[in-house]
Amino acid sequence: MESLELKRIASQVRRDIVRMVSAVNSGHPGGSLGCADFLTVLYFDTMKHSPNPFNMDGINEDIFFLSNGHISPVWYSVLARSGYFPIQDLDGFRRLGSKLQGHPSTDKKLPGIRMASGSLGQGLSCALGVAEVKKLNNDSSTVFTLHGDGELQEGQIWEAAMYASAKKIDNLIATIDFNGRQIDGDVEDVLSLGNLKAKWEAFGWITLEMDGHNIDEIKSTLVNAKNQLGNGKPIVIIMKTEMGKGVDFMEGSHKWHGVAPNPEQLANALSQLEETLGDY
Amino acid sequence: MIEFEIFGNKDTRSGFGEGLHELGMKNENVVALCADLTGSLKMDAFAKDCSERFFQVGIAEANMIGMAAGMTIGGKIPYTGTFANFSTGRVYDQIRQSVAYSNKNVKICASHAGLTLGEDGATHQILEDIGMMKMLPNMTVIVPADFNQTKQATIAIADYEGPVYLRFGRPVMPIFVRPDAKFEIGKADVLIEGSDVTIVACGHMVWKSIEAARILEEKGISVELINMHTIKPLDESTLLKSLNKTKCVVTAEEHMMAGGLGESVAQVITKNLLVPQEFVAVNDSFGESGTPMELMTKYHIDTADIVLASEKVISRKK
Repeated sequence: MESLELKRIASQVRRDIVRMVSAVNSGHPGGSLGCADFLTVLYFDTMKHSPNPFNMDGINEDIFFLSNGHISPVWYSVLARSGYFPIQDLDGFRRLGSKLQGHPSTDKKLPGIRMASGSLGQGLSCALGVAEVKKLNNDSSTVFTLHGDGELQEGQIWEAAMYASAKKIDNLIATIDFNGRQIDGDVEDVLSLGNLKAKWEAFGWITLEMDGHNIDEIKSTLVNAKNQLGNGKPIVIIMKTEMGKGVDFMEGSHKWHGVAPNPEQLANALSQLEETLGDY
Repeated sequence: MIEFEIFGNKDTRSGFGEGLHELGMKNENVVALCADLTGSLKMDAFAKDCSERFFQVGIAEANMIGMAAGMTIGGKIPYTGTFANFSTGRVYDQIRQSVAYSNKNVKICASHAGLTLGEDGATHQILEDIGMMKMLPNMTVIVPADFNQTKQATIAIADYEGPVYLRFGRPVMPIFVRPDAKFEIGKADVLIEGSDVTIVACGHMVWKSIEAARILEEKGISVELINMHTIKPLDESTLLKSLNKTKCVVTAEEHMMAGGLGESVAQVITKNLLVPQEFVAVNDSFGESGTPMELMTKYHIDTADIVLASEKVISRKK
């Protein structure tokens, strides 16, 4: 898809995010805004997938796991906008009885979700399971994941990282949302990740880097990553992003990690984000 | 005299290993994961003959559970194998989110449960696992009684769609379940029919209860013995039918009193009929090193304890 069109979709996704969290005064806008460009490119340009009817097993489909489940608003918006369920359903976000739970879940059968996430650090392991089964099934499609940088403080991530290289899992592309922020502050202050690139390389991963707000660069890096599949090594992309990207008063701070804008702030935010596809 | 045909002596973990191998040879969707305890779990035969579907994950149980959950996507039936302690407490959150809440068709197979793990001591002797697992929505909890039943249960759970916790152990015990018996999830086995007291047991405690029933018979007490191999869902109708007859119950398990089989039985009683219950279980204590049989004696989950509890509960009947 043309980059201009992807940018238009990402703008609408950002509008959806701030409207969803503001409507229920609850949710995580900061990280969601920061990953809007990436998830838009992934779902509208990179992945081979069939939104409707949704198939849990995803045979011969690329499969995505959101490991940092708290940025559910961006995922829900991208899923709806790419045809998994009606965009009007976004209005149910975090409301009683809705399929759009605060953190993604399978029990309400929201199309597009294959695994609950929220408790951090588990998505890479789940992705490894799918990657192994795709190999068993001679299914040549790819497994994608997204993780927060703070999430990398969970030990299970490194169990999975070790497994992936030792067992030559080469049909998987993990992406790290490297925004440098977590709830309590800057990742560097809370618990530094040290040299993140060197860590992944030491764990045996092909490690790429990209600017998570440059649509052309996201597209080309994902193409580059896909070209390196099947070479006996797992692939990780360290994606530099800005928490709150697209809304000036949310950018550059961890304070909007898990706080919703009030009606006045919402109006301000929406004035900065072009309505391109029509609000839900 | 209460008679049981005995089909030899073996450990329940070997029943798991044999069942998994037999299942793997006929069902290509079965995959198995192990966290560096292949020999202890008796998974060698599967690992050898179904090598493409065997995944050695190393000492990384959290990753193993997450991988197993992922493997259900695409139609596989994953069996995970490690000690009961590392199958539950160590990975509770992974099971809760990726298996139970996500309702994935994962079979969590746990060996060396309880005190009969023996000499390794309390770090490995988990006595809380049944409680942890039965509290999880969507989870089925099975504690088979002997080698044959463990093998049968291992095979049977592949035909059930949903998360299962299968608990078995290390010591060699008599085999009394018929090799051709059909295992049915949630359907208890009435091993002995009697009228004075109902003993409800699971796992290794079923054999201990058979021994107790023989001693009680010599004392003129008629025991009805139920092998409650499925803790969840509990076979309430078989239980209530028996309690309506005997009017008292002893529960016997190799588990903490809190959270175990006895607690599940007590819930059924308080909701349906008031009869006295005695608990043969570990009472709020960690274990220690020792031989399995020494530990069962010291922690009061032995044959003599079942006999005493039976006599006491009968005396409490109105």
